[in-house]
Amino acid sequence: MSIIQINNLHKTYTDTKVPVKAVNGISLSIEEGEFTAIVGPSGSGKTTFLNLMGGLDTPTEGDILIGDKNIKDLNSRQLIDFRLHHIGFVFQSYNLIPVLTAIENVAFIMELQGIPKKERHQIAMELLKKTGLEGKENYRPGELSGGQQQRVSVARALASKPKFILADEPTANLDSASTEDLLNMMAELNKSENMTFIFSTHDKRVMDKARRIVTIDDGKVVSDV
Amino acid sequence: MIASIAWRNLWRNKLRSFIIIAAVMVGILGGVGSDGFMEGMVDQRVNTAIANELSNIQLHQPDFLLNNEINYTISNPDQYIEVANQMPEVKGASKRLICGAMASTATAATSVLIFGVIPEQEKKVTGIYQKVYSGNYLTDDQRIPVVVGKKLADKLELNINSKLIVTLADSSGTITYGAFIVVGMYQTSNNLYDEAHIFVRINDLGRLTGITGQVHEIAISLFDNEQTSLVFNKLSSSFKQQIDNKSIDIRTWEQLEPLLKSMIEMTAFFSYLFLVIILIALAFAIINTMTMAILERKREIGMLMAIGMNRGKIFTMIMLETLFLAIVGGLVGLLMSYGLVEYYAHYGLDFGSMGSGMSYIGYDSIVYFKVTDGFYLASFILVAITAVLSSISPSIKALKLNPVDAIRELN
Ligand SMILES: Nc1ncnc2c1ncn2[C@@H]1O[C@H](COP(=O)(O)OP(=O)(O)OP(=O)(O)O)[C@@H](O)[C@H]1O
Ligand SMILES: [Mg+2]
Repeated sequence: MSIIQINNLHKTYTDTKVPVKAVNGISLSIEEGEFTAIVGPSGSGKTTFLNLMGGLDTPTEGDILIGDKNIKDLNSRQLIDFRLHHIGFVFQSYNLIPVLTAIENVAFIMELQGIPKKERHQIAMELLKKTGLEGKENYRPGELSGGQQQRVSVARALASKPKFILADEPTANLDSASTEDLLNMMAELNKSENMTFIFSTHDKRVMDKARRIVTIDDGKVVSDV
Repeated sequence: MIASIAWRNLWRNKLRSFIIIAAVMVGILGGVGSDGFMEGMVDQRVNTAIANELSNIQLHQPDFLLNNEINYTISNPDQYIEVANQMPEVKGASKRLICGAMASTATAATSVLIFGVIPEQEKKVTGIYQKVYSGNYLTDDQRIPVVVGKKLADKLELNINSKLIVTLADSSGTITYGAFIVVGMYQTSNNLYDEAHIFVRINDLGRLTGITGQVHEIAISLFDNEQTSLVFNKLSSSFKQQIDNKSIDIRTWEQLEPLLKSMIEMTAFFSYLFLVIILIALAFAIINTMTMAILERKREIGMLMAIGMNRGKIFTMIMLETLFLAIVGGLVGLLMSYGLVEYYAHYGLDFGSMGSGMSYIGYDSIVYFKVTDGFYLASFILVAITAVLSSISPSIKALKLNPVDAIRELN
């Protein structure tokens, strides 16, 4: 059963001089356990598409079904709650709360979910270990490298026990070694935890790690392999 | 953890937070300090007025206060003194003859108010005897003694043993005069008072005016000014009959000098006004600072909204940060103010050269600060209100951030 079902999705920005059809009729389904890259030239609509899938933005037309929920049916308050409980996010930068330590950043999302303190701590410890950050628990983001920060972001995304994790160009700010490390780690988690990852990228080496590559251009899917 | 994020965020831009905290601190120090100064000054003025001039409660023949006519006297004064002296709150009661007169020497003349008193009684009621800096206060064994204020002594070029001639209208309206010998000179902090009040023995003045066995005024002093209205009520009921038949009229110092009372109220009013103005200015500074902080952290707040932190929690986080900022400054400010006020309450603030001008209008040149508990409490509450009010606008601004726009800037 697919965990995301996208039907005829459109997003048109009308606040510009000429309306921009950033997403222009995408239909797609994502299965549990996928490790999928969304690729395409700059301005092709990758970020817009991921934001729509993540319930951060509302489509002009079309449906996004996550599990049995149509995102359209949720009001803004329910949408925030839906994101908290069902979707993991990894952004390109500014992912973490700078005044919290690595472990606090991971535990924080569980606190938002209402998980008891003791449990939060234990889960956060485990996840930092899994993401290769043992010993760095009490470092603040500023004291970690870019790659380590992205690992904390992945640990945080996992901590919320989401249906899938969306990552918009997670490696854009990383050097090639850190990019390789992060991707390998994500691929491992994809296998060991059966966690679905959907990430966008420009980077050929990142695409090569993906098991499915969806290429979009001008807001349309041009290839899906 | 939201409170802890808010607290830590406060120290992210240390300089900025310190500036705001310092501003709040200085503002409160200014507000409370100026209240301490003004209240202290007024308090001293009131205490001096009570101690040297007014005493706490006075009795007169009802018409005397309207017109200091020499024949508006209280008969049988000793009955009142006896009753008053039996009350535990009463420190002393003194009967007085009071008479307007012209005081003159060979070189000059000026109008004065002569107080005829019984020295031992009067000493328990007013502190003039403690203000004698040259010679001594009235005693029984001197010949026709008079104690004069320094200002008058300067004006009339009087010295100890100088002869002072007073000219007055006696009880029958006949102009008479008498000579007194200066035995002492006093100085209070009120030059105007010193210039116009002289003290003689009641019997000497009685002989001159032709009034015996009757007085114009009975002044009652208390150990504690706070008990003024209590004693006033007790005396009023004890002397109900005499009041009803208009033999006497009884008044507290507040009723005798309503200006003094309203001065206290005005001082309090201006202190509050000043504090509120300071706090309004501070509120704007806090709002600006926090708004700036939020704009700087736009992407971070957007990220928090994106991962699922709801509006209520975002609002709480920003609100707490603002509250911490205001309250840290406020508490430090209040503590420092307390220290400042206590210091000057103990050691006093000396005006030095400016003091001579102040004493002309009845103020001491050293001001001992005073701040009531009520003012501290009100300051604290006002600080808290300011903190809450100034946190609302930044918190709402944070809510208006759109996660998608913020996220766009992330990438
Ligand atoms: N808020 C907006 N208002 C108007 N137009 C927008 C807005 N956001 C994106 N666009 C436009 O929509 C199109 C798709 O943008 P999008 O950011 O989704 O592309 P992208 O594939 O993520 O590009 P990149 O690889 O550079 O990140 C672009 O033409 C962009 O200019
Ligand atoms: Mg993009």
